[in-house]
Amino acid sequence: MDWTLLTVQLLNGLQFGILLFLLASGLTLIFGIMDFVNLAHGSLYMVGAFFCATLTQWLDSFWLGLLLALPATAVVGILVELIVVRHLYERDHLDHVLATFGLILVFDTLTQMIWGPDGQVIPLPAWLDGQISLGDAIEVPTYRVAIILIGLAVAFGLFILVTQTRLGMQIRAGASNRKMVSALGVNIGLLFSIVFVIGAVLAGLAGMMIGPITEASIGMGNQIIIVAFVVIVIGGIGSIKGAFIAAILVGLIDIMGRSYLDVLFKMFMSAQNAETSAPAVSAMLIYILMAVILAVRPSGLFGPRGR
Amino acid sequence: MMMSRLLKYFVLSLGLVATSAFADNVRIGFVTTLTTPAGAMGRDMVDAANIALDHIGHKMGGKAVEFIVEDDGFKPEIGKQKTDKLVKQDDVHFVTGFIWSHVLLASRKSALDGGKFLISANAGPSPLAGKLCHKNFFSSSWQNDQNPMATGEVLNKKGVKKLYIMSPNYAAGKNMVAGVERTFKGEIVGKDMTKWGKDMQLDFSAELAKAKVSGADAIFVFYPGPAGPAFIKQYDQAGLRGKIPLYTVFTVDALSLARLQKAKLGGVLGSWNTMFWAPDLDNATNKRFVADFKAKTGRYPTHYAAQSYDAIMLIKSGVDAVNGDTSNQDGIRAGMLKADFPSVRGKYRYGSNHFPIQNFYLRTVKEDANGDWFVSHVSTVLSDHQDSYHGQCKL
Repeated sequence: MDWTLLTVQLLNGLQFGILLFLLASGLTLIFGIMDFVNLAHGSLYMVGAFFCATLTQWLDSFWLGLLLALPATAVVGILVELIVVRHLYERDHLDHVLATFGLILVFDTLTQMIWGPDGQVIPLPAWLDGQISLGDAIEVPTYRVAIILIGLAVAFGLFILVTQTRLGMQIRAGASNRKMVSALGVNIGLLFSIVFVIGAVLAGLAGMMIGPITEASIGMGNQIIIVAFVVIVIGGIGSIKGAFIAAILVGLIDIMGRSYLDVLFKMFMSAQNAETSAPAVSAMLIYILMAVILAVRPSGLFGPRGR
Repeated sequence: MMMSRLLKYFVLSLGLVATSAFADNVRIGFVTTLTTPAGAMGRDMVDAANIALDHIGHKMGGKAVEFIVEDDGFKPEIGKQKTDKLVKQDDVHFVTGFIWSHVLLASRKSALDGGKFLISANAGPSPLAGKLCHKNFFSSSWQNDQNPMATGEVLNKKGVKKLYIMSPNYAAGKNMVAGVERTFKGEIVGKDMTKWGKDMQLDFSAELAKAKVSGADAIFVFYPGPAGPAFIKQYDQAGLRGKIPLYTVFTVDALSLARLQKAKLGGVLGSWNTMFWAPDLDNATNKRFVADFKAKTGRYPTHYAAQSYDAIMLIKSGVDAVNGDTSNQDGIRAGMLKADFPSVRGKYRYGSNHFPIQNFYLRTVKEDANGDWFVSHVSTVLSDHQDSYHGQCKL
């Protein structure tokens, strides 16, 4: 067993998990509190990445680009909520899916019209583009450590928001029993708008974090949004804590599958079969996990009680 | 009811008018990827095909050319649908384009069974060079294995003993790996086949961590299109530059270099790759093509563009041979088999399976006089190279 490699892969898994958490936390709030299925959540992830790319290229500073792209993504979130989403709250899930799927197509096409089919790079400052040594033999990309730190900070901020503030109390209450919350005189329309915009900004932030690694590209959110849905189903819909734990779990399982499954398969099948089947099976692992969790705990690991 | 029937007749008659209107021209269908992150590759191909059409005055064998572009959306099933549409509705004479091996393999039957010529302007999956070869299939590019075979030779010459391989897990990826394994004489210390398609894996943290501790003295990768710059960025970020040299096929091209230059990733300068063509390959056709492409688009052409230019010229050579009589398929085929047209790669010839027998060159990344990065021709690695599958082809 190579412990150095294992440590690096655990960090990689943690980093991927944190990224998933940024995306899934907004999704779980929107789904859990507003009972709104937002397939276009991944489009906000893409919009965040493209804004950050353009602003970084203009201003020649990743941090300025990031700071300005966050409110820009919030504006897009507000517009989407005002123009489309607000009118769908009373409709059923099928209408949500249809409308937000339409939004995905609109966002992808608009992005292609504005930025062209090329991906957009997000240049990093030199000190972030290198590696840090942890201990003797372990060396990891600095930027990936930065993602972990930023993600943990955001997770902590969300935790404070949800557990320590009045808004958080309303959010938690909304996740458990929406009708009761509005009966108690909380302005549910405003609460919904705030939650949607928080979710949009978190998704945008996730896109900005991944952009310097994979670059901003059209449709980049459409794949990861499926994984984000898996995360919130595992974690329990509406639970930030569940989203955090499930995201880390899914991140670790995905990375571990990609790193060790082929070695495992080579023990009992030919090298060639192992090489081609391992990636296929490792892509399935998280769905298998979801199926198992759903069988044992149908409302997810930390699903809210009371509905 | 009445309305809908009227509408039906109207549409039917429109169809008849349309058919008779374009009955006597040369129709070329072009299937490529125009959407998804791979859309930039398709744009390069269409731009190049249009430059080729401009160069020939939109005429072949004295007849006007109709050029119909379709987007495969990076999906085999959509590529097949679009090919069906071109064959049945547009009744084209030639179907060409095709970036992706899995899209080409899915669309092959629709075009060939429909009695059309099928010309790949990029993908070269091994079955089409071997058992599934067809009298009406031609390649204006290469067989997938050939280019990595050239890289394998380069690795041997550079004294590489231990190699780590990374490639997407699909038809062409497997061919690329088979190609480099066929010629590379050292040991392969690790191999990762990553998820591919519209939802491709773009984060290679786990794989790069493995490569780093594998003890390899070179990494070979095949990451075409949007995956290329993403991979090279992460290779740099993982601190592998200067430690484990990178050898690539179809990864470093004009599209990825433009983005890498924007990201100021100078590590790619001086890196090696192999290809049948380079933008500065010295021949008159290539000089004209590259100059016109740059003038029209402001970009360096990729090999996708070069092959698309050649595909149009190849079709023209066939149609010219029969003076525009598109019903004479035997004559067109004989014409195209001569490969007697000005190709951007210089003179080449066709093997029995209709894949080119051609040179493969070593290329490196340089800065041109304007400060733009491009892949520059260095030397010949394989000359008059024929693919390894032509023996299985019974033509």
